[in-house]
Amino acid sequence: MFYRENGQFKSSYASDQQMLPILQDRLFMAGLLVIAFAAVPFFATDYLFLSLLIPFLILALAAIGLNLVVGYCGQISLGHAAFMAVGAYAAYNLVLRLPQLNFLVVLVLAGLIAAAVGLVFGIPSLRIKGLYLGVATLAAQFFMDWLFARVKWFTNYAHSGSVQTAPVEVFGWIVDTPVEKYLFLLVVLIVFTLIAKNLVRSHIGREWMAIRDMDVAAEVIGIRPVYAKLTAFAVSSFYVGVAGALWGFVHLGSWEPLAFSLTLSLNLLFMIIIGGMGSLLGSYFGAAFILMLPILLNQVPAMLGVPISTAMASHLEFMIFGALIVFFLIVEPHGLARLWAIGKEKLRLWPFPH
Amino acid sequence: MIMRKHGPVLALGALLLAGLVAPFADRSTTPGFYVEVLLGGLMAGVLYSLVALGFALIFKASGVFNFAQGAMVLFAALAVARLGEQMPLWAAIPLGMAIMVALAWLIERLVLRPLVNQEAIALFMATLGVTFFLDGFGQTIWGSDIYKIELGIAKEPVMVLQSVFQGGILVNAEDFIAAVVAAALVAGLALFFQMTPTGRALRAVADDHQAAQSIGIPLNRMWVIVWSVAGIVALVAGVIWGAKLGVQFSLSQVALKALPVVILGGFTSIAGAIVGGLIIGVGEKMAEVFLGPILVKAFDLAGGGIENWFAYMLALLFLLVRPEGLFGEKHIDRV
Repeated sequence: MFYRENGQFKSSYASDQQMLPILQDRLFMAGLLVIAFAAVPFFATDYLFLSLLIPFLILALAAIGLNLVVGYCGQISLGHAAFMAVGAYAAYNLVLRLPQLNFLVVLVLAGLIAAAVGLVFGIPSLRIKGLYLGVATLAAQFFMDWLFARVKWFTNYAHSGSVQTAPVEVFGWIVDTPVEKYLFLLVVLIVFTLIAKNLVRSHIGREWMAIRDMDVAAEVIGIRPVYAKLTAFAVSSFYVGVAGALWGFVHLGSWEPLAFSLTLSLNLLFMIIIGGMGSLLGSYFGAAFILMLPILLNQVPAMLGVPISTAMASHLEFMIFGALIVFFLIVEPHGLARLWAIGKEKLRLWPFPH
Repeated sequence: MIMRKHGPVLALGALLLAGLVAPFADRSTTPGFYVEVLLGGLMAGVLYSLVALGFALIFKASGVFNFAQGAMVLFAALAVARLGEQMPLWAAIPLGMAIMVALAWLIERLVLRPLVNQEAIALFMATLGVTFFLDGFGQTIWGSDIYKIELGIAKEPVMVLQSVFQGGILVNAEDFIAAVVAAALVAGLALFFQMTPTGRALRAVADDHQAAQSIGIPLNRMWVIVWSVAGIVALVAGVIWGAKLGVQFSLSQVALKALPVVILGGFTSIAGAIVGGLIIGVGEKMAEVFLGPILVKAFDLAGGGIENWFAYMLALLFLLVRPEGLFGEKHIDRV
């Protein structure tokens, strides 16, 4: 009744190609932004910021990055946390060695360095595909884990192997309190989401999707697989690298190589599978889901009044997590984004059945 | 012509050989020590092969890349170790096998069947879910301490070939028996696949699901069988590793070492899993013992540990030359 597009005519190319063609969608998005910028900072507690919102914003960015290469270009990567590590350590070293640089510049440079590394580890994608490639990308994971743990230069010869960072400063604004961190990350995420959205609508994104859908056919119609696959890896690694730098500087503050282990890679993959492959919205959903699940699982036994040991709790968490993954794959293999789309379709007709 | 076709492969072979010979550039390397490292690598390789075998079996028959193989190894080892406390080992192992078969049946019922016809990545993610579940479940019901499996084999290394090499070579009887068991298992599997009607049906399923189904091969039962076989292979691997290192959570990480083995050998090849395992095992040990110290000295590293990634890099190099792996089937794409 309320969500329908009749009467909304597109009379120019610009209006035909806009990102949110339906008025209600635009209103919804505007409302969401108002809530995110104006309402949330006033109502959310520090706990909510630190344990949920800040990690969510960063992981959503990382999930978007992973989704670009896996969901849009169809090249599986099991080692994307490695590129997060590259971004984080690159940013750390840039800040350490070139302290006069603005953090935003550092962020972009860290992303570019991660992109270069991603490009190198994307080279196998030219020869192999599918799950072979997935395993091959694990090489990036294990190599980077080792590199940052063993080569002392990267951690500035820190004894424990962990590095500390000062609060981020952007144009004199010191991002220190949870609210400030949240707002800073929100702006970054929105900017990067807009870029990603336009990227996947452009010829580059279409090339990626053509490669994903059938690489041989794409090659036949004149898409260069080398170019498409490598750009996907580079852009994806850029995003993930930026997310890694933010994860290190804004969320963790101090970290060791273990922070970017295989578990994080797999979690990123879970995010886009559960959220929806080839969907930016899905990256948000997936990040939120994967973040909230362990927190909820921790709360449930306490709420039911069943006391269990911490070891048991962590085992149970593993079990339920695994079972839920399988359950979600069975119920909706295309992810939460598909459920959202179905909901929208239903809403279009509501309350009339046809 | 031959050079052109096989050039890269030959070059890679030469590189491997060079890697095998390189340690002798350092004068202090004695032949005895070298052979010891080589044997150690081969033994580790046999165990990698056992895990890789499980991967290859399932991929061959159902096209599923089973990330849960490592979790299955841990689960089986835990089961045998804990059951072994209650009963003699000859009873615990068959009981463990029965548990693995039941597990295979459950996985087929609850995970694979509902996901039939989904893309490979969805199935792969499902096995990731199974991995998490099994890791948690195994430790919930069996406990999460370190357990021992006593195979009743002497642990003391034996000195052999003292007459040939100066100082002799240390060999573990345990390792030797592991190698024999692995060889027997592979021979048995080969016979099973080649000689029995079930084996033939499995090969048919591996070749083409739909065609196999259309001539009346029950797909679901085949999957249960192949997952059971993989479970039993996992059990053997788990018992041997467990007897060697103790049964603990880190056992499931062994599977990560077996992944490069499968891509190096080719996902679908049993022979590939064996040969690949040996190459990775030897390469890794050699790199750790001979290359590691050089790297540490040259780049001032905080410790070696290059075996964590060396196998992957080796496999990557192989893939760049032969994308289908050593023994994998060449894939032809058609539009």
